[in-house]
Amino acid sequence: MSACRTKGNWLRTTRILDVKVESPTVKTISFKDRLCAEAKPGQFLMLWIPGVDEIPFSILGGNASGVVRVAVRKVGDATRALHKKKTGDIIGIRGPFGNSFSLSKGKVLMVAGGTGTVPLLFLAKTLLSRAKVTFVLGAKTRKELIFMDEIINGLSKDKLRLITSTEDGTCGIKGLCTQPVEQVLREEKPDMVYACGPEQMLLKTFEMCQKHGTKLEVSLERLMRCAIGLCGSCTIGKYRVCTDGPVFTKKQLQETRAEFGLSKRDFDGHKVRV
Amino acid sequence: MRPNPLCVNLTGLRLDNPTMLASGILGYTVETMKEIEKNGAGAIVSKSIGVKPRRGYANPTVVQVNGGLINAMGLPNPGIKEFEGEIRHAKQVLTVPFIVSVYGYSAEEYAEVARKAADAGADAVELNVSCPHVKETGSEIGQTPQILAGVIRKVKAAVKTPVFAKLSPNVTSIVEIGEAAVKAGADALTATNTVRAIAIDVETKMPILFNRVGGLSGPAVKPIGLRCVYDLYERVKVPIVGCGGVTNWQDAVEYLLAGATAVQVGTAIATEGPAVFRTLSHGISSYLKRKGYERVEDIVGLSHKR
Repeated sequence: MSACRTKGNWLRTTRILDVKVESPTVKTISFKDRLCAEAKPGQFLMLWIPGVDEIPFSILGGNASGVVRVAVRKVGDATRALHKKKTGDIIGIRGPFGNSFSLSKGKVLMVAGGTGTVPLLFLAKTLLSRAKVTFVLGAKTRKELIFMDEIINGLSKDKLRLITSTEDGTCGIKGLCTQPVEQVLREEKPDMVYACGPEQMLLKTFEMCQKHGTKLEVSLERLMRCAIGLCGSCTIGKYRVCTDGPVFTKKQLQETRAEFGLSKRDFDGHKVRV
Repeated sequence: MRPNPLCVNLTGLRLDNPTMLASGILGYTVETMKEIEKNGAGAIVSKSIGVKPRRGYANPTVVQVNGGLINAMGLPNPGIKEFEGEIRHAKQVLTVPFIVSVYGYSAEEYAEVARKAADAGADAVELNVSCPHVKETGSEIGQTPQILAGVIRKVKAAVKTPVFAKLSPNVTSIVEIGEAAVKAGADALTATNTVRAIAIDVETKMPILFNRVGGLSGPAVKPIGLRCVYDLYERVKVPIVGCGGVTNWQDAVEYLLAGATAVQVGTAIATEGPAVFRTLSHGISSYLKRKGYERVEDIVGLSHKR
């Protein structure tokens, strides 16, 4: 087909180069893909597990030789199948798809819950030369705090402040990762907040940014099928998450309050709670 | 005021322009349909709705090939009971005609869904008798004239709104099917649904779509859809809606010249963006002016003149 809008939509197969265990439930998988290696922070790809399913993943950046990484949390049949894959196994890739985070200057706050850390780590590395980053990293327990070493080692100390939180208190602040956010918003007055993670966390962050008048961009997750804006599976309000998102501004989130933090579409198109 | 040259009458429905959103694309929610209306669509067709909710197939549901896409979504839909609310909402929000696409596993099911859709306010129903990738419905109904006629008669008896039959190109003679549909009472024909197709990955030696087989759409199928419209126009008297690969205004004009009263657009929303509807209308409008025609209806079927 013509048109640059679907550039990257061709499915290509590639071999898994490496599988790394990040936590009891998360593995990172790396593979070579020239197009996705040029993706911007916030963009996603569709990964085909032959014979099983095809599911979306946020891109964890690529390197100069075209190697791309994604983080896979074991949550269902497809991700379980992917966890069993080894170096050399064949997978299929489409993408990159969607928009990306804007690149802010000055002081930025990143709020990352679980595998929501992926696009924000990619973004933090991209912003390194131009922004001072406060990174709030949250998980259920210490062992599930993924990419902590990479955040610490990848970002220079004078440019980064890392705040961790765990629901069971095994590392950092005990509780949800939105807990320290209020304080950072009040004291550091960041120029921009970026958030990715469970939608309740995003909703709370949104409400706090409304209150403090802080700019905000969040990355949303919805059921993905076509990834090119046709099937309607991923809509929120008037937006299609695959092509109008996955990154949405505070203003756009305001327009989707009837659904944001509340509901999404299930496989048969009816609304279910997020 | 000068009358709108793009305005068409489709079975009594007034379309401000002859472009329509094709079934299966986006049509779950009023918000997204309203967005398509804002982008200039002259009418909206919903996703195909059945008696019961259906989850559709696992991914991959779409695969890109040269000249188009093959999809096997598997008719995901929330079922008519849930969709009735969406139809009522749509009628309050949309200003263009709203057509509900209907599928079923029997004539009775088609009639039940069509009646409920019409009662909820649908301006017309379009019978999906042509989906190429779900067993015991779609093209399995629409490829046999007698079965198709039975479905249309039941639906016609159940609703007062216009009834469109969306035909499959995967038949020996679409004219025979089209004539049977019209004889049974179809008020318009949509031609066509996707062309049965497959894509295989050479590395894994596996069909890529989860359902293995799907339907081809996009520029590759336009000459096929166009031929179907051309052939039907020679033999049937009801309006024909062209569907298949419309991407630019020339495609739309070709369909009109072949005998279509309006065209439906789907795949081009991915390649051209939702603004494709407005672009098509502008193009058709300029063509009419350049060729000296007052109304779009003046060029319908002109390619048949010898």
